[in-house]
Amino acid sequence: MQINLDATTSPEIARALVRARVDSGSPAMDMVLTALVVTDDETVGEALRTAATLSREHPSRVIGIVLGDGRGQPRVDATVRVGENAAGESILLRLSGPLTKHAESVVLPLLLPDSPVVVWWPGKPPTNPSADPIGRLAQRRLTDAEATDSPVRTLMATARHYAPGDTDLSWTRLTPWRALLAAALDQATGTVHRGVVEAGPGNPAARLLTGWLQCRLEVPVTERRSEGEQIARVVLETDAGDVSIERVDAESCLFSVPGARPRHVPLGPRTLAELLAEDLRRLDADDVYHETLTHLLES
Amino acid sequence: MSAGANPLRDVRDRRLPRIAGPCSVVMFGVTGDLARKKLIPAIYDLANRGLLPPGFALVGFARQDFGGQEFSDMLKAAAKAGARTPWRETVWTQLEAGIRFVPGEFDDDTAWLQLAATMAELDEQQGTGGNHAFYLSIPPGLFPVVVGKIKEHGLADQSSGWRRVVIEKPFGHDLESARTLNHLVSDVFPRESVFRIDHYLGKETVQNILALRFANGMFEPLWNSHYVDHVQITMAEDIGIGTRAGYYDGIGAARDVIQNHLLQLMALIAMEEPVSFNAESLRLEKQKILANARPATPMADHTAQAQYTAGWAGGEHVVGYLEEQGIPEGSRTETYAAIKVDIATRRWAGVPFYLRTGKRLGRRVTEVAVVFKAAPHQPFSKNDIEELGKNALVMRIQPDEGVTLRFGAKVPGTTMEIRDVLMDFAYGGAFVESSPEAYERLILDVLLGDPPLFPQQEEVELSWKILDPVIAHWTRQRSIDTYTSGTWGPPSADAMMERDGRVWRRP
Repeated sequence: MQINLDATTSPEIARALVRARVDSGSPAMDMVLTALVVTDDETVGEALRTAATLSREHPSRVIGIVLGDGRGQPRVDATVRVGENAAGESILLRLSGPLTKHAESVVLPLLLPDSPVVVWWPGKPPTNPSADPIGRLAQRRLTDAEATDSPVRTLMATARHYAPGDTDLSWTRLTPWRALLAAALDQATGTVHRGVVEAGPGNPAARLLTGWLQCRLEVPVTERRSEGEQIARVVLETDAGDVSIERVDAESCLFSVPGARPRHVPLGPRTLAELLAEDLRRLDADDVYHETLTHLLES
Repeated sequence: MSAGANPLRDVRDRRLPRIAGPCSVVMFGVTGDLARKKLIPAIYDLANRGLLPPGFALVGFARQDFGGQEFSDMLKAAAKAGARTPWRETVWTQLEAGIRFVPGEFDDDTAWLQLAATMAELDEQQGTGGNHAFYLSIPPGLFPVVVGKIKEHGLADQSSGWRRVVIEKPFGHDLESARTLNHLVSDVFPRESVFRIDHYLGKETVQNILALRFANGMFEPLWNSHYVDHVQITMAEDIGIGTRAGYYDGIGAARDVIQNHLLQLMALIAMEEPVSFNAESLRLEKQKILANARPATPMADHTAQAQYTAGWAGGEHVVGYLEEQGIPEGSRTETYAAIKVDIATRRWAGVPFYLRTGKRLGRRVTEVAVVFKAAPHQPFSKNDIEELGKNALVMRIQPDEGVTLRFGAKVPGTTMEIRDVLMDFAYGGAFVESSPEAYERLILDVLLGDPPLFPQQEEVELSWKILDPVIAHWTRQRSIDTYTSGTWGPPSADAMMERDGRVWRRP
């Protein structure tokens, strides 16, 4: 069920939502959060599709916000969708004129009552997400440094303004690496003396991984350039020998710990929807992420 | 250094999954239905989610004679057919490196020597570190010989790594046999190494019930005999016995489902709040309920048992139980069982728990319905509330876990008319990363050595104490009631509710 509203207002959009819900024959709703996606005309389609996949795990009201031309008269165009291959509801808002500076006034009346709000910037994020007018509405603010032109600089810039609830998706992308390293140190029990993270230039995940290892292990961990974009290899030198995880191809890596033969372990890429789903499982602050950022800023 | 001292782990870091340490699973009956349909796919899914340790190994022990390659091809086909996560060839290739097959009869010593050698080889080659879990996916009749041989060949020796054993329900067929089984197993494995598994009752389900009951302030005040009229616990299957004739006949619905699954659900619904949510305190509270629960007497009035007959179920013509392949003529095994249980505690005195299960019923559903008493006084006229039933809170366990609330609301219009409405909550269509299925969590718990939420011996024995008198009563009956396939059970079950002035919910 799709309803198009041109030059509209928030109350009209809210009425359209109820109408769409009743028309599709289901007056009840079981949504758990509101997801705001702040984007532009180019990427909005892809971003909303990702958010729709996401709402299968976390049924939600997805609100896509496209900030258009700031000149001219204030104007809101909206498309409301209910059903159609996604749990929950979706609203696409196109704002133009002075409204591009006051998007929160359109969004606020459309939030689900008394439930968490998450905002995701699939492209360039504001430098201070928690002070952003839309960011302020949300408990969780997801940025994606890798989607910008200078990923590491973006990551460090947002890190300076960290507020509880902020996460950059490059941290989420790291989880499988961190899990493997933790599993390796479950097995290899010697003390770690130093470590190396090898990755392509300008990789924010590698920067975070280095920071995390330094912070947790309290030993020197250096970052080294390598071919390709991804993290290529992580080595931890321990009393008993080297723990190393080395990427073999896009799908797997070679895992070796002292005293056991090296083994291939799956380490495939994850889709954006999978990353977002991981992030939305927790709506509170990620303390370990915060510590890692603080460490990176201080070092 | 223990795992707790791993500097990369932090309790606040809740993104990091727990990955099991190096180990292998030695599976007996690996060619059976359960192994192929559930266990192998679950192992693949775990590997795909990255939750299996690097160098995980799987040893199959079965009577068939396979070549090594033939065996792993069979496992691959099974994993592919049953996997819930996307198929990734690389994941399988890595898993395959740790797959071994040992052919032989369960009482053949040469085969056991070969198994011991294979396990030693894996410790060496795959780095399983002497940690092995024995999964007995075999008929209970074979337990004595397998467990005996494990002991005889010193495979349960925990000096070089952990050894655990997994047993599937049923845990015996009455109190007596449950005790014998326990003696047998506890003679070889210490108590904490024995994992009794009821695959119907996933950890997810248990935790959902605990969350609903104890994390909310709204329900607990109503959770007692002041407000609750009765509780109905249903596990209905739309399928017949299929190819399980050999197992099912002589066991029947009550032993197959009520003894473990439904009584466990009842205990979770009825228990007091445990002091903590660790396995031990949970078990303690459940045991108090099971120890105080008794089937209502006289049993002739408060139980029902029946067999399905031929009929149309879900648009398909199906045969009756007695016509199923492999069922002896004149079998008296019940495919439907319903009992009424009273729990003698302050909270539940006077609130009956009705438990029912059956095959070839209207549809597949497992649910717990807490049915509330009607409001003590109605300011509306009798006419207004004619269509108003009792309020109910329904915890749906299968399929699609969720909660349904049934309450009265006014029908829109000028006349005052109040009618039942349903509000339904289903969490997670689960597509992106679907919640791990019961078997995955269960295998992971075994590998992690997590004290399982599954029953230990005391609970098993208490459950048989509740059920044994009912089955004894049923064996004294001369005939058994019947119900047409695809319906909601026999007339005797309806009559049993009618005597109490109640009706079964249509789930």
